[in-house]
Amino acid sequence: MSLLQRRVFLSQTTRGVGALALANLLGPQLAAAEKSKGTLSYHHKPRIERVIWLVMAGGPSHLETFDYKPKLAAMDGQPMPESITKGQPIAQLQGQKLKCLAPQYKFKKFGKSGQEMCELFPHLGEVADDICIIRSLHTEAINHDPAHTFINTGTTISGRPSMGSWITYGLGSEAKDLPGFVVLTSQGRGGQNQPISSRQWHSGFLPSRFQGVNLRGKGDPVLYLSSPNGVSREQQRDAVSTIQKLNQLHNGVVDDPEIATRIQQYELAFQMQASVPGLMDLKQEDKKTLEMYGTQGADGTFGANCLLARRLAERGVRFIQLYHRDWDHHGGIKRDIQLKIEEVDRPLMALIRDLKAKGLFDSTLIVWGGEFGRTPMSQGGSGRDHHMKGFSMWLAGGGIKGGFSYGNTDEFGYNAAENVVSVHDLHATMLHLLGIDHERFSVKFQGLDAKLSGVEPCRVVREVLA
Amino acid sequence: MIPRSVLLLLGLLVCHSVQADELSYNRDIRPILSDNCFACHGPDKNQRKARLRLDDRDVALDRKAIVPGKPGESKLVARITSTDTDKVMPPPEAHKKLTLSQKKLLERWIAEGAKYEPHWAYIPLKPSAVNKPQATIDHFIQERLAKEKLALSPEADRVTLIRRLSFDLTGLPPTWAEVQDFVKDSSPNAYEKLVDRLMAKPQYGERMAVFWLDLVRYADSIGYHSDNPMTVWPYRDYVIRSFNSNKPFDTFTIEQLAGDLLPNATLDQKVGSAYNRLLQTTQEGGSQAKEYEAKYATDRVRNVGSVWMGVTLGCCQCHDHKYDPFLTKDFYSMAAFFADVQEPAVGDRGPGTKLATPEQEAELKALDAAVAEAKKALAAEEAKFLPKQAEWEKSAKNLPKNIEAILKLEKRNPKQTNDLKAYYLSRIPETKALRETLAKHEAARNTFATKIPSCLITQSGNPRIVRILPRGDWLNETGEIVQPATPKVFISTTMTQPRATRLDLAKWLLAKENPLTARVFVNRVWKLAFGAGLVRTLDDVGMQGEAPTHPELLDHLALGFQNGWDVKKLVKQMVMSQAYRQSSKPRPELQERDPENRLLARQNRFRLDAEFVRDTALSVSGLLVSKIGGPSVKPYQPAGYWSALNFPAREWQNDSGDGLYRRGMYTHWQRSFLQPSLLAFDAPSREECTTERARSNLPQQALVLLNDATYVEAARAFGERAIRDGGKSSAERVAFLYQQALSRSPTAEEAKVLAEYVAEQAKLYTANEADAKALLTIGAKPVPKDLPASELATWTATARVVLNLHEFITRN
Repeated sequence: MSLLQRRVFLSQTTRGVGALALANLLGPQLAAAEKSKGTLSYHHKPRIERVIWLVMAGGPSHLETFDYKPKLAAMDGQPMPESITKGQPIAQLQGQKLKCLAPQYKFKKFGKSGQEMCELFPHLGEVADDICIIRSLHTEAINHDPAHTFINTGTTISGRPSMGSWITYGLGSEAKDLPGFVVLTSQGRGGQNQPISSRQWHSGFLPSRFQGVNLRGKGDPVLYLSSPNGVSREQQRDAVSTIQKLNQLHNGVVDDPEIATRIQQYELAFQMQASVPGLMDLKQEDKKTLEMYGTQGADGTFGANCLLARRLAERGVRFIQLYHRDWDHHGGIKRDIQLKIEEVDRPLMALIRDLKAKGLFDSTLIVWGGEFGRTPMSQGGSGRDHHMKGFSMWLAGGGIKGGFSYGNTDEFGYNAAENVVSVHDLHATMLHLLGIDHERFSVKFQGLDAKLSGVEPCRVVREVLA
Repeated sequence: MIPRSVLLLLGLLVCHSVQADELSYNRDIRPILSDNCFACHGPDKNQRKARLRLDDRDVALDRKAIVPGKPGESKLVARITSTDTDKVMPPPEAHKKLTLSQKKLLERWIAEGAKYEPHWAYIPLKPSAVNKPQATIDHFIQERLAKEKLALSPEADRVTLIRRLSFDLTGLPPTWAEVQDFVKDSSPNAYEKLVDRLMAKPQYGERMAVFWLDLVRYADSIGYHSDNPMTVWPYRDYVIRSFNSNKPFDTFTIEQLAGDLLPNATLDQKVGSAYNRLLQTTQEGGSQAKEYEAKYATDRVRNVGSVWMGVTLGCCQCHDHKYDPFLTKDFYSMAAFFADVQEPAVGDRGPGTKLATPEQEAELKALDAAVAEAKKALAAEEAKFLPKQAEWEKSAKNLPKNIEAILKLEKRNPKQTNDLKAYYLSRIPETKALRETLAKHEAARNTFATKIPSCLITQSGNPRIVRILPRGDWLNETGEIVQPATPKVFISTTMTQPRATRLDLAKWLLAKENPLTARVFVNRVWKLAFGAGLVRTLDDVGMQGEAPTHPELLDHLALGFQNGWDVKKLVKQMVMSQAYRQSSKPRPELQERDPENRLLARQNRFRLDAEFVRDTALSVSGLLVSKIGGPSVKPYQPAGYWSALNFPAREWQNDSGDGLYRRGMYTHWQRSFLQPSLLAFDAPSREECTTERARSNLPQQALVLLNDATYVEAARAFGERAIRDGGKSSAERVAFLYQQALSRSPTAEEAKVLAEYVAEQAKLYTANEADAKALLTIGAKPVPKDLPASELATWTATARVVLNLHEFITRN
């Protein structure tokens, strides 16, 4: 008896819905569909099973986090060389004088590897030897909305699948009562919470079941999860069982394969009503763990979401995406980025340590980064504008060279200059770790072999792989 | 969803099993060449390798790739069969592989002379051999089935027929009375009468509008970044009106693309032109105008290409099309048609244009005059009191602080003088009546004015310069400047000088010699009636799309449609056919031979569209408010769903009253966060053209139907109906629920299952009245005082089960 059949059976012991008949109806179709399989077989042996992508929404400054530029410090307040900025796209600094803004914080070397990071990262510094910093990213969009769309879908045109959808479409998910692609969001305290859009986790032209499901900190964690007031768990069971039975009877007349699927989805929904609250209940975690993440429980903070990410990873969720907003520091970057780093520093360390402790680190890829970086030029004397020509991200986990850094920007931190990595390269690398050749992972859409990694040539960044 | 390539293959299998004797380039060969070869040996000159084109017979022969009749001498055959990785085609790095049967087909095709055919969609519409007035849809369908020695399925029973027609033509279920009438109607034209009656309903226009609004990406918010609201709902109502009045599709097309350019454009025509304003726009700070001008230009070309032409022009934004005969220049020349549309590149689009009818304008004028009159009368009277102001100032008491402060000043500035005067005049008892009269007139005027809706419409102005953007790069200004022009591959006789307009474009789309518009529209209407298109790829009739399953039928219908552009006639033709009326029940012999039901030996069945799931629940529960049109509404949405929106931060405020019970299509359409119970049933965000919605079957749908306040409240209202109108006994009420919701009575077995359920719930809710009361407070509809809570809760629970049945949301 398959798991789901057993579940149906167990849940019907008191109200006698006829579990056996139901199991017969579901038959082999259910058995096949139970473990949500992907459409691909691995192209090569995968290094990881899942991805936790930490989106620092708003565009964190690489110059105050992972990319130290002494030259920029020396040139503070002086004009940026026109040779660098001429003819380049620019966002809010359009028509303004372009002057250098020194890095607002000192940098330190962390770990045995001597990873150079901003001094504001003492906790992340503790696991510096586990992360691989890439300092030579560049992207194709300079405003938040299109840049998010690009990094998530590989194009700025709406309607394309997000990477989480691609991956769950390709590989399916091990999660039983949970979606394979889960999104969590948190806000910062600085008041620069740029909007995000559900387009960023949409399944585009892939089937809807690969859409990211937003787990919420407040209200129902999954929309419409709670039974109506006045309907107990047992009554919900009654209702669902009666619906199943009636659907089954009707199937005898119409012979519609969709009915088997419908019955299966109602069972899954009913199971989710119990499993999701269980997932969200951080009281099950010991005090030490909560302290390590710096959270009191499910309080909607980035720390709590990182802990939830680990719990999702344990449950076999394939793609876990966390958005932490408020990194859009056009002004007052010195104060505001400190707030942001404070919010993420401890949870990042905790997530890496915790995944290691649970034996999940080697099978998980963690990606940290925003939709773009920020200008070496000052905005209004205390901030930085959006910047797409060079920025930093870091990777950690299975198959990644820890304590390593790759690529560089020029001496101003403007252009990715050495070992340049595109967003599509990053996609290709992630897919490679998952056992997928990005060139061979395509879906026909409007006559094209649409790919996450786009049509332009791109590469797996093998240099960052262990 | 099955990948397209698999579908394509299945299609080929079906076709081959019939006509193994004749090879067709379009059906059998081109799909192979297009998918595997054209990217490097096709229309895109920048990617072309070895100067070889396989899409052009002359070049292919000239380069000896193909030697007709001699596969052994054809390089193509040598290369596709080569075992040398340096020689084999397609090359390994293309990650394409020809199957053995594909190779065999190519060889056979060359052996038989390598005949090419022009792409079916790009050649003029062809009257078929049987294209006589009496040739019907069924003629074509049956002829094709006969080749397979198959026949249509028997006609569906009347209950199925009336449900099918009602859903397809109005998006709503029939009432039980309507079902009874139809089942009993023994007149020979009972079916046709029903069709006519349904198509005459205003809900027909609503249903058709849902289909059209997906294509033109109608929404109530701008889409990008802040995703702030925009006012275009009058356009939505224009679409509904157009379908209801059966506006010819050519007029409909012209008004949308160029209504503003028509001489003495009417209000309706201007509202139609809102089509050009429906695209996603931005207010994001730091956005560069040039970048967004380029984005909007390309968005519009993609949309026109998808909606009217059914081709993927979007590919040509960066390069010549790899499969279809469209060039980058064609793309930007198309964009130039829209360069005159006035709009801010970045920023607020404003409320739009006030849409006052001539009557409303006259009324407004009269109200303005009344206000002016009242003002004059008041001023005349007040003038008499002005001389007494100085005296009043000396003795005035109990004044507001600011007025008192003014009085204490030695010198007053003009504002202070005015404030004081206004205050003084406002306190004169003798003018009180006149002041009140003025206030009344002003209020009347303002109330009337706010009732006149606004809408973003198209305003034509100085055209922006449009250049070819190399690789789509908006920063690159080296490209050639282009003028409005339609793709070179097609004949164009409608362009005016010196600069062609959107009106010319519309006329070109509708010209008799344009092969695309009619085929594409007919194909999409076919999908509404049959669940899938005659060309399955609704978004692409180009080289990479699928060939029609019934090409002659498609052309037959398209030719008829071109003659008068009569949409209702087209719809009626389809739903009157026997092919439409047949049962959808699977037949064992078809499952193997035609699993995709391409030959239509039975009807298809599918889940209702998102809006119609909602509409159906509201309809049977009696909650539906069937008002047509008006501003969009906000039915229940979980709190906090908009928390990721900003600039400004917003919370969705549930409507009260009628706004909670309108049809789903009137729900405020927020592109970045679409109302989630619609989203769960695959309603599209409408950021881009949607030619085909997904039809998923997900746990989220179960959660919505089980737990969303919309459906719980509908269950309560439906349960209340069962108690009041269903009869005294439990069995009668269960029968009532089935009849209302499913248009049939329950079987004995179904009745038994529900009887047990009712008994169990009655026991539970009688024992626990608090639970009963809690269930009944969900939703804004007042709880009836005259019914016991336990009874109403029991029937709410039972109705809830019925609203969750697969049959309830299925068009069979």
